[in-house]
Amino acid sequence: MIRTLIIFGALAGLAACDSGGTRAQSAASDPAPAASGPGKGKGYSHDPFPSTYRAYPGAPTLLTNVTVLDGEGGRIDRGQVLFRDGKIVAVGQNLDAAGATVIDGQGKYVTPGVIDIHSHLGDYPSPGVQANSDGNEMTGPVTAEVWAEHSVWPQDPGFGRALANGGVTTLQILPGSANLMGGRSVVVKNVYARTMQGMKFPGAPYGLKMACGENPKRVYGSKGRMPSTRMGNVAVDRQTWARAVEYKRRWDKYEEKGGEAPGRDLAMDTLRGVLEGEILVQNHCYRADEMAVVMDMAKEFGYHVSAFHHAVEAYKIADLLKANNTCAAVWADWYGFKMEAYDAVPENLAILDKEGACAMIHSDDANGIQRLNQEVAKARASGIKAGMHISEEHAWTWLAINPARALGIADKTGSLKPGKMADVVLWNGNPFSVYTRPEMVWVDGALLYDAKDPKRRPVSDFELGQPGEGDVK
Amino acid sequence: MTRKLLLAATAALAPMAFLAAPAAAQTVAITNARLVIGDGGQPVEGGTVVIRDGKVVAAGTGVAVPAGIRVIDAGGKWVSPGIFAGFTRLGIVEVDGVDQTNDTGPGNVGFHAAIDVAPAVNPKSSPIAINRAEGITRAVVAPDNSGSIFAGQGAIIDLGADMDAVSKPRAFQFMEWGESGARAAGGSRPAAYAALRNVLFEVRDYIRAPGSYVDRGKDAFLTRADAEALVPVVQGRMPLLVHVERASDMLVLLQLRKEMPGLKLVFVGATEGWTVAPQIAAAGVPVIATALNDLPESFEQLAASQSNIGRMAAAGVVVAIGTINQDEARQARWEKQYAGNLVALTRVPGATGLDWGAAFAAISSRPAEALGLGGEFGSLKPGRRGDVVIWDGDPLEIGTSAVNVFIDGVEQPLENRWTRLRQRYLDPKDGALPKAYQR
Repeated sequence: MIRTLIIFGALAGLAACDSGGTRAQSAASDPAPAASGPGKGKGYSHDPFPSTYRAYPGAPTLLTNVTVLDGEGGRIDRGQVLFRDGKIVAVGQNLDAAGATVIDGQGKYVTPGVIDIHSHLGDYPSPGVQANSDGNEMTGPVTAEVWAEHSVWPQDPGFGRALANGGVTTLQILPGSANLMGGRSVVVKNVYARTMQGMKFPGAPYGLKMACGENPKRVYGSKGRMPSTRMGNVAVDRQTWARAVEYKRRWDKYEEKGGEAPGRDLAMDTLRGVLEGEILVQNHCYRADEMAVVMDMAKEFGYHVSAFHHAVEAYKIADLLKANNTCAAVWADWYGFKMEAYDAVPENLAILDKEGACAMIHSDDANGIQRLNQEVAKARASGIKAGMHISEEHAWTWLAINPARALGIADKTGSLKPGKMADVVLWNGNPFSVYTRPEMVWVDGALLYDAKDPKRRPVSDFELGQPGEGDVK
Repeated sequence: MTRKLLLAATAALAPMAFLAAPAAAQTVAITNARLVIGDGGQPVEGGTVVIRDGKVVAAGTGVAVPAGIRVIDAGGKWVSPGIFAGFTRLGIVEVDGVDQTNDTGPGNVGFHAAIDVAPAVNPKSSPIAINRAEGITRAVVAPDNSGSIFAGQGAIIDLGADMDAVSKPRAFQFMEWGESGARAAGGSRPAAYAALRNVLFEVRDYIRAPGSYVDRGKDAFLTRADAEALVPVVQGRMPLLVHVERASDMLVLLQLRKEMPGLKLVFVGATEGWTVAPQIAAAGVPVIATALNDLPESFEQLAASQSNIGRMAAAGVVVAIGTINQDEARQARWEKQYAGNLVALTRVPGATGLDWGAAFAAISSRPAEALGLGGEFGSLKPGRRGDVVIWDGDPLEIGTSAVNVFIDGVEQPLENRWTRLRQRYLDPKDGALPKAYQR
């Protein structure tokens, strides 16, 4: 009862700010009517489901005698990594680590935690029964109003597997690709919590999931409605962006100059956020020619595509992607499962990288997310076989700083730089080998997986009391 | 006519490597190999393999090389039997999402057990060429079910670059059990159980008097053609591969076999197999398991663990790796990575994996043995088919490539769509002419 009252109270306060506040201010300060609005970006809340994530406590720790891949292309052999109070303190050799727990990692590697920019953990969780299938709001081609975080089930057993077997510390959870505009994504830290908000990465921008190609035209064409073709896809997109530009103009004007508040449209809120650069476009797209069309469409309406996802033909337009400063998040070697995946090659990531485009690995899969280090190893090996020189430390950028940049969180995580979150993996060998697994994983300096300690192995609510509870998995 | 001529001329100019038919079976010795027999043993240095008339004559150390034959000095490289992919849909699908190229299911024809995948196998499908280039030389190819627990008869194929892909048609019958079987049978496990028992006993009737068996067509539980196809299953002459995941479902099948002792059961998938491994081992039922399933993806896979295969093997079960419902139309190549991951588990406290030799056997001899074909395929023991691969490294390690691939003693071309596309786009920028002119 008290909680209910507090929530209602908060809402009442917001309402006052939105409308009454403006009027009061104008009346008091300026004889001319409606001379100022609530201020830029203050017309409505941009963070109604704020993160409640808190780092768990961790001991100051020195990892020593390890090969360090720092996630930005740096490497130190027989190096050290020191972290304390949840933050990276220093990376180097002969560090002053007074009072720290020392872990000798002879023969082992230390890297920043793996970042997966494309996951559906939580919105397509295990068990994959219909009752849990919450990833695609397949009732209209434009559902920019939905937010993946409202589907995320924080008890998905997949989070624990991604941590223990994959060393994944940060992931973006996206809506599916049935729709042209499938809704907002959410970036989470891979730490179990009772609520979605408890996992939410503090300060990470939202993404807008968009999709081109076969999926939207198939899903809606089969319902006898637009779009049923690729040209229909683009037409619906452009018509929607045209509305969004108008929506933004009205809200900008209101926030700056006041007057009567325009009507709220949750889908348009998201698109306005994209046009403002506050929300990053994460665009599912396979074919090279379609990506080129999308990048022109983005210019037409004044937004930027942060990354194309899947992008199996990105290698064909690596130069164009570079020129547009747009990243590609790809698989190592998925191919052929549908027509637009027919021209996949395992050198995709390496060719993109060679041409100077921003490239990275992604999983889109609850199993694949457990082996992204191996996927990077495959992509690197394919590039080397094609004659390229790709060092281990450079290849590790494909699951560290590059996805961090494409998610807008590179100032917080994605590499072992002093001051960044201590998201760290100690591997029991070379992580480019199939024979290597995570040995210890820290998130914000807290030890959340230790292969030697069954008590440092997460077990989701769903798995309690079930066959195999607490198994190594 | 003119058009035909032009096309022929174009074809003649195409790169020979891509169009080249493989040569005839050679007599060849591969020497100085880090040799893997594929029977579960560890690799040995300085090994030799001799292939004659498409078959392995000898393999090991101290093998004499007959005079006058082609000798390939492997220079210390790894040499092993080709990978025998334990459960796939290779060669019957080009693009999964393009129905016209997807021959996995029976559609609405009304036949089930009688379905035979062999006529659908297309040796020129691109997944065959891509997997061949990565050292996959044989595969179990299974149909998919629809409208019945019985999917039909699967084949053993080779991945050679010739038009004769089917090594053994009608090598097994495939059946869905558990959740997918229940769905196919009308919605529940008891329905599937009743359907299975009914079918098996109807087949017994058919065997007693084939001439008087009345085919009731689509309305029947069992058409005449389906009954006929199941005769070798009931008589124990054809393995029955069963996709089953939940432990209790496996025990039901083991119990049923007491009524039908002839059934040669092989479990496929078997996610919860480790929880009943002693019973499976005692029943002598081989398993073609999914290697790395560790998620409770369904309520019949709650006990999923990557240690499943290792634990079953430790209990004495013959276990092979298969790829059911894992992009099995095209990614048999991943089986090498899966096997490597099982070796990785041997270094994870509390987990059970396989040692290297056992892991390699799980993608070579074990699947052949599970099908009852270990005498013909899957290892480099004398008499086996001459499926041999020379690798530029440890075949289970990431980044290792097949250097030479022999199938039935015939050295194979390794070009495919991947290598062609890579060649065109290694430099993505346009040249003096459009990309379409660059080959």
